[in-house]
Amino acid sequence: MNPTPRTTARSLTSLLAGLAALLCLGAAHAQPEAPDVLVKNVTLEVVDIIAKDKDIKSGDRAKLIQVIDQKVLPHFNFGAMTALALGQNWNKATPEQKKRLTEEFRTLLVRTYASALAAYSEQKFEFRPLRAKPTDTDVTVQVRVLQAGAQPVPIDYAMEKTASGWKVYDVMVGGVSLVANYRTEFSNVIRESGIEGLIKSLAAKNRSLATPEQQAPGKK
Amino acid sequence: MILRLILVLMALAAGGCASLGGDDPRDPFEGFNRGVYRVNDKVDQYVARPVATGYRKVVPSEIRDRVRNFFGNIGDIFIGVNNFLQGKFADGFNDWVRVGFNTTFGILGIHDVASDMGYEKHDEDFGQTFGRWGFGPGPYLVLPLLGSSDVRDGIGAGVGIYTDPLDEVRGYHTQYALWGLRLVQTRADLLDASRILEEAALDKYVFQRDAYLQRRRSLVYDGHPPRQKDPEDEPDTQNDGKKPD
Repeated sequence: MNPTPRTTARSLTSLLAGLAALLCLGAAHAQPEAPDVLVKNVTLEVVDIIAKDKDIKSGDRAKLIQVIDQKVLPHFNFGAMTALALGQNWNKATPEQKKRLTEEFRTLLVRTYASALAAYSEQKFEFRPLRAKPTDTDVTVQVRVLQAGAQPVPIDYAMEKTASGWKVYDVMVGGVSLVANYRTEFSNVIRESGIEGLIKSLAAKNRSLATPEQQAPGKK
Repeated sequence: MILRLILVLMALAAGGCASLGGDDPRDPFEGFNRGVYRVNDKVDQYVARPVATGYRKVVPSEIRDRVRNFFGNIGDIFIGVNNFLQGKFADGFNDWVRVGFNTTFGILGIHDVASDMGYEKHDEDFGQTFGRWGFGPGPYLVLPLLGSSDVRDGIGAGVGIYTDPLDEVRGYHTQYALWGLRLVQTRADLLDASRILEEAALDKYVFQRDAYLQRRRSLVYDGHPPRQKDPEDEPDTQNDGKKPD
């Protein structure tokens, strides 16, 4: 990546934000939080921030992404997500390619997540009690988004216990696994233009989304 | 009239795609489907989306909630029927209780009082009922104007249109007005989702297809589909016949 002043500034802020988040986490929780408690706390905290922040409410996407960087990203394992989305192709990638793939996929997921959050409007959450044994290291945390007049939308977080706490490696919205949904797309691109091709098209996609007001009007 | 329009669109779509052979076993008609998808996308881009966007701008969300609830209440009648057809009597009963409360206390359904009382709304249709009875989805299909479907759900959609309570409305003007309003409301509710799709997908067609197939599978099993083999090893074209718990 060629660091332009802007991206450098941004990565610096996100680095600082990440550090701050890390420090907060370190201070607050010596013991790793239970996964369902973690999901609940993070969800409520983020929703609360969004509800109170005027800039975000009036569509400041950069600031929203900053909040996500700070509050949500530390709890995701993007390496695992990317590996799962690539399936067998993951083993064909070099360590350097794996790094770039993870980077690009992560950017795309964060943007998508920001869009989803921006559409949020005061729906209520129902946090389901975790059905798992204390010894389990791989659990699904279930949340439901309630909205009058519509069927509740289940959101399932597949989480794995790691040395640095519980990490999300897949999100299922209404039964649709995000990771699985990228699998066919990714393998199609790889079949046509290889791993490098996939990195390129992910990067191109991210660039096209980087200018928020410039909504892409159809493909051609 | 609508049928003829659909036929014309299908012909257009078929002409627009020559070779694009599908290599996904779940989608043998990919070339044809992509053609229909392109036409649908244009219709959406130039008609449905602008109208829905305007509707959302002009009509306050308070009113849109009432409109959604009104049509949701009508939908609950056959959601209940489908739950009964699937042998889920408690759920079907729940749906009809909803209709009872919402039609009366909710003033013809514009207020969803039943949800507040703990009677949750369900999502059922004939496609899901056929799935519950053991029919696999069959090949993926993109239907003109209706969008993502498959053979099973397409037949289900046909039955759904045939039994649509709005068909009973007397007077063509009222009936078309209600159809139109329901369409606009539905599209308006999907504006956020479709924007996210635009942003998330490298290939919108593939992304939407895979999401549809995953979603429908989950719905047929009411959120608890049996574990599937890794699609990398062996793409699974139909459900493996296991009944949910």
